[in-house]
Amino acid sequence: MADFYHTQRAMRQMRRQALQRGVIAILDVGSSKTACLVLRFDGIGRLSEDNSIGSLAGQSGFRVIGAATTRSRGVQFGEITAMQETERAIRTAVQAAQKMAEIRVDHVIACFSGANPRSYGLDAQTELEGQVVTEHEVARVLAACEVPEYGTGREVLHAQPVNFALDHRSGLSDPRGQLGQTLSVDMHMLTVDADAVQNLVHCVKRCDLELAGIASSAYASGISALVEDEQELGAACIDLGGGSTGVSIFMKKHLIYADCVRMGGDHITSDISMGLGIPAANAERIKTFYGGVHATGMDDREMIEIGGDTGDYEHDRRRVSRAELIGIMRPRVEEILEEVRIRLDAAGFEHLPSQQIVLTGGGSQIPGLGGLASRMLGQQVRLGRPLRVHGLPQAATGPGFAGAVGLSLFAAHPQDEWWDFEIPVDRYPKRSLKRAVKWFRDNW
Amino acid sequence: MQSMTPIPRDPAPSRLRYRLQRWMLTPGIRHGMRIGIPLALIVAGVAGYLADQGRRDGLVQFVADLRASIEERPEFMVELMAIDGAGPTLAQEIRDAVPLEFPASSFDLDLEAIRATIAGLDPVQSVRLRIRPGGVLQVDVTERVPVIVWRTRAGVSLLDATGAHIYAIPNRTERADLPLIAGEGADGAVDEALALIAAAKPLKARLRGLVRIGERRWDVVLDRDQRILLPPDRPVGALERVIALSEAQDMLERDVAVVDLRLANRPTLRMTSDAVQEWWRIREINGSGQ
Repeated sequence: MADFYHTQRAMRQMRRQALQRGVIAILDVGSSKTACLVLRFDGIGRLSEDNSIGSLAGQSGFRVIGAATTRSRGVQFGEITAMQETERAIRTAVQAAQKMAEIRVDHVIACFSGANPRSYGLDAQTELEGQVVTEHEVARVLAACEVPEYGTGREVLHAQPVNFALDHRSGLSDPRGQLGQTLSVDMHMLTVDADAVQNLVHCVKRCDLELAGIASSAYASGISALVEDEQELGAACIDLGGGSTGVSIFMKKHLIYADCVRMGGDHITSDISMGLGIPAANAERIKTFYGGVHATGMDDREMIEIGGDTGDYEHDRRRVSRAELIGIMRPRVEEILEEVRIRLDAAGFEHLPSQQIVLTGGGSQIPGLGGLASRMLGQQVRLGRPLRVHGLPQAATGPGFAGAVGLSLFAAHPQDEWWDFEIPVDRYPKRSLKRAVKWFRDNW
Repeated sequence: MQSMTPIPRDPAPSRLRYRLQRWMLTPGIRHGMRIGIPLALIVAGVAGYLADQGRRDGLVQFVADLRASIEERPEFMVELMAIDGAGPTLAQEIRDAVPLEFPASSFDLDLEAIRATIAGLDPVQSVRLRIRPGGVLQVDVTERVPVIVWRTRAGVSLLDATGAHIYAIPNRTERADLPLIAGEGADGAVDEALALIAAAKPLKARLRGLVRIGERRWDVVLDRDQRILLPPDRPVGALERVIALSEAQDMLERDVAVVDLRLANRPTLRMTSDAVQEWWRIREINGSGQ
């Protein structure tokens, strides 16, 4: 338990160094594309000239100075399956972004979507040693949390204190300095498969980069796609990616649940490819140009050239109506949304005060998806785009970049994690020595 | 059929190219490329050009020729030296002290050195030098004004009010209009001497001169070898006392050799030996018994 604490702490230290140097890279390793943003930090929270808060509401501490995307190869379901290919994709993206930024980056914060994220809610309660809640007391109550058996081969990705309660007052975000007797905490912990993390770490290291942080893509896209009041009141963000669909639920500006459905846009493409008997590249093109989930009478008459390069004229000149295409796509989209529904139900989303659902990710650009999702998931559904950040190129403002943009916000304003607090002294082996002495004294 | 479609180009850079590009984007290397390498090339080019002795000499010669061609333009030539404010002897002295060959380029004239040389001459109080348009070196001299004659063992010389030596004269009669001082260190107290001479105006007809004694006080020497010994401090007041006494009682008209005022509360007279004999004789006549 203590070793991931130390590795995360080391990464936090690395991130602090990177922020001091002022340049950091964001790497979103997705199933369909690998995106890299280069951020430059130039001071925090400068107000505009007329002393009003700027248009980005304090998010203008950094600026995107380089952005590049490349097609991912060797990533399936958001997990790395071919190391060499992924490494080459990362290298391509990082090199192009560095070239645009005209500066070398050494530190990178990465996110990935797959690896079976699992959420745990932890809580703990301790009596205060003194009257006042100090940082040490917070660390003590965090350390007192009962960590469940999350299994071998899993690693903790996030462990964020969500809520503090002091005596009978709950809902405190920062209890430090307050007076009371009993401090209790609710913590959200997210674990993922350790192998996936190890693979990513290895790939990044092979590119001569230092990993300064790692995050779940569902969390990152939630940060950027949900607006502030949605994060505050409670909302779910559904990131329809290429290989997997991330689900994250936010409440009081904290992630309280994250999960992923191992289906995404690539499966729709492969359905089209199989159903129409065409190459995957053609299927992808047809999906992006003509795709949809609602067939109308007009769609029966709209014929699409589906192409092919066999040299057989009859085969290469096949045409299908758009209604047929929609008929292939719709069941798969419905299946994905069903799975999402199941995940949300498992998380108890219906008990939240607000039922807002935000769809983002590249897959959310399918026309008519909003209507379909509102019928399957609930009335309050909207399509979300990532927050606009300083210097982001127009090409990278689409919903497919929600993860990358969210990760840059995460880099600029990280939320408190468990490892930000010092581990209490009595956790160290000194205590066992004391106990040995005590045992010696009692028995002799 | 498979080879019909070309294998798509892999956009990924090789590890070597990736590393090389990262290395080139390092800020130090970037600056080296932008500034260091052009600078090194320029330095190498210049050094290569100047490595040959003949080229170096040619360059030096070219610069010297260029300089000479500018310096020798008629606008910069100085044709003559004009001296204002100096008498003919001083002017000749200045011309002897500053040996210049005209015409000379104004770039070659070291005005500061010339000025120092002229200011170093004794009769010159101050001097201003400038090159006037038209190629004239203008020398404006202020001469020292002689106010007093100083006789020493070496000879007779003229001093100005500050005590500075101006020039020597063969004998004192050449400047009989000026008062005379003598004694070692007298030139250091010319202002005091002038004040005393001004105070001794009533005795002007009898005043022969002042003598500096022991570099600290003055003696006033009158004719008939009369001397007034003045104290070192406030000598003018003491002299005025003597003059007042003399006017009231005709003291100095009598046969007195020395009036000694060195001790202010004990002024002393010394009579000549004849006067003393005479005084004794008169005393004997008047009352021998007393």
